[in-house]
Amino acid sequence: MTTAQAPAAALIKPRATRSASAPRSISPLRRGDGRSGWLFLAPFGVFYLVFLIGPTIYMIVASFFNTSLVHTDLGSFAGFANYAEMLTRPDFWSAMWHTLQFTIYTTPPLVIFAFVFAVLTNRLRHGQWFFRLAFFLPFILPSATISLIWVFVFTPATGLWAYLQQLLGMTPGNGILANPNTAMIGIAIATVWWTLGFNFVLYLAGLQDIPRELYEAAAVDGASNWAQIRHITLPLLGRTTTLVILLQIIASLKIFDQVYLMTSGGPGISTQVALGLVTGTAFTDNRVGAASAASVLLFIVIVAVAVIRQLFDRSAARREA
Amino acid sequence: MTTTTATGRRRSYVSGAAPHSTGARIGTSGKTFQVVSVIVLVVFAIIWLIPSLFALKTSLTDNGVAALGAQAILQHWNPTLHSFASFFQAGDIWNWYLASGITSVITAFLTVLFASMAAYALSRLRFRGRNVTFLLVILGIMIPTQVLIVPIFQMLNWMSLLNTYWSVIFPQVPAVIAVFIFKQFFDGIPAEMEEAARIDGANRWQVFWSLVLPLSRPVIAAVSILTFVGVWNNLLLPLFVLSNPNLMTIPVGLATVQSSFGQRYADIQAGAILAALPLIILYLIFQRQIVEGVTGSGLKG
Repeated sequence: MTTAQAPAAALIKPRATRSASAPRSISPLRRGDGRSGWLFLAPFGVFYLVFLIGPTIYMIVASFFNTSLVHTDLGSFAGFANYAEMLTRPDFWSAMWHTLQFTIYTTPPLVIFAFVFAVLTNRLRHGQWFFRLAFFLPFILPSATISLIWVFVFTPATGLWAYLQQLLGMTPGNGILANPNTAMIGIAIATVWWTLGFNFVLYLAGLQDIPRELYEAAAVDGASNWAQIRHITLPLLGRTTTLVILLQIIASLKIFDQVYLMTSGGPGISTQVALGLVTGTAFTDNRVGAASAASVLLFIVIVAVAVIRQLFDRSAARREA
Repeated sequence: MTTTTATGRRRSYVSGAAPHSTGARIGTSGKTFQVVSVIVLVVFAIIWLIPSLFALKTSLTDNGVAALGAQAILQHWNPTLHSFASFFQAGDIWNWYLASGITSVITAFLTVLFASMAAYALSRLRFRGRNVTFLLVILGIMIPTQVLIVPIFQMLNWMSLLNTYWSVIFPQVPAVIAVFIFKQFFDGIPAEMEEAARIDGANRWQVFWSLVLPLSRPVIAAVSILTFVGVWNNLLLPLFVLSNPNLMTIPVGLATVQSSFGQRYADIQAGAILAALPLIILYLIFQRQIVEGVTGSGLKG
């Protein structure tokens, strides 16, 4: 519908500008930029306001009310009660801790493995496509697919994981996902397998920016491969590494899918994460106000990391320029 | 920094401009290094392939054998397509494919159209409020949309859109990163061509539609594919806004498989593979665009 309207509006525009001829020193080609500027922005702007800014504002407002799902109004004013409740609820802090735990488990392997795989792949003369396929393909699979695969791999006693443990002479326990102490490790393993490809291609892109001459000069000076990686690749990929770590933290704070599909937050609440608590409070307990307060708190943490990321990006760009 | 330069860069490393050219000069220690790195890579690549291959093997095994465990599955050599056949006969998967296909295609279309229009205004048109608008766009990048699931649900409820495909489509249209990617691409197109067209009497929309967009095919491809994959894989939003089983997208449908299929492991793995199959095909066709798009959105988003 917007497609049909926009050209029509654009056709009317030149005449309209001519009648309102108050030409200051703008070039004739720039005339009417104002109106068409807003027309070009309008469709995206409407969706941006309704589905991004609107919900953000509603979330903040609702966090101060006893809002529920059943009634369309906000409900009674609650002041800071929702926040006070959340900040004193043990399951809120345990969900925050599990989110942090997940971040701690996944970030180091996701950064180190991706770095090593990318550096080694980048030095290959043949067959790079194969390793790109092997490491990157899982990343584009749906979380539902990876969860079904890994729950099956982790099947207690008869699963592939248990079978490998037996081959290695270990006694498989009652299943990595069934044990409150190891369930998050299981989710972390599946996640590392799933999302490593993203960091891998970011590192490969970073490696392309390192001039080949640097390695050639180092080789002429007799630097070994190891020395080249340590003194050229590692420092020059510093920016990529910071970026990868920050992106990883942001993604980890938003984790939901794998937990929901692999353990539903269990056993007990041992793998319940922040977003799981938010959706549970809203859609199961029917308490939108309290869920909004939790959302706002999570929102603040994520935006803080995102701001750090933007600041870092800008200062890195300035240093390069 | 635009996609065009990324394309050029990528070609150069596919053709082998990477550091391995030092290989000509390295001695035996270099050779050892080369061999060790290949071995390390091959070992990890195999580890990375095992889960997918194991799922594939299971899906081709009889349900009865699959229930016996990993060892039985690995030793069984009688592939059967029974699990896939029963999935297609049960029919649910067709509804899921339809829902995922419709929502992914429409979202990708709307995102590309609206984001490119907005990006064109921000890149080319000079008007009051442009800088403020661009600042808003940059701020929008930092908003974690997943955290907004509850208020988005409420919005859709007010608009009576719950349990329609629109409830999955609309919230995913304002992808700020797409505006960013388009803007950077447009910034790299020389303005002279457009000015020539403008002098010939074309208005802004005509310039955008018949000159700028045709030049933008690579970036349009990248944004559409990325949006398609993102919507296809989204679990959180459709999980809560679609409760009608006939409208369920693939991830939501699969989430029900786990609990309802019980011990029918071969069927479950067949479902996992069927959910991913369109994406795997898409990846094999558009490998370059997908990798570039993912890299670009990661670096800029």
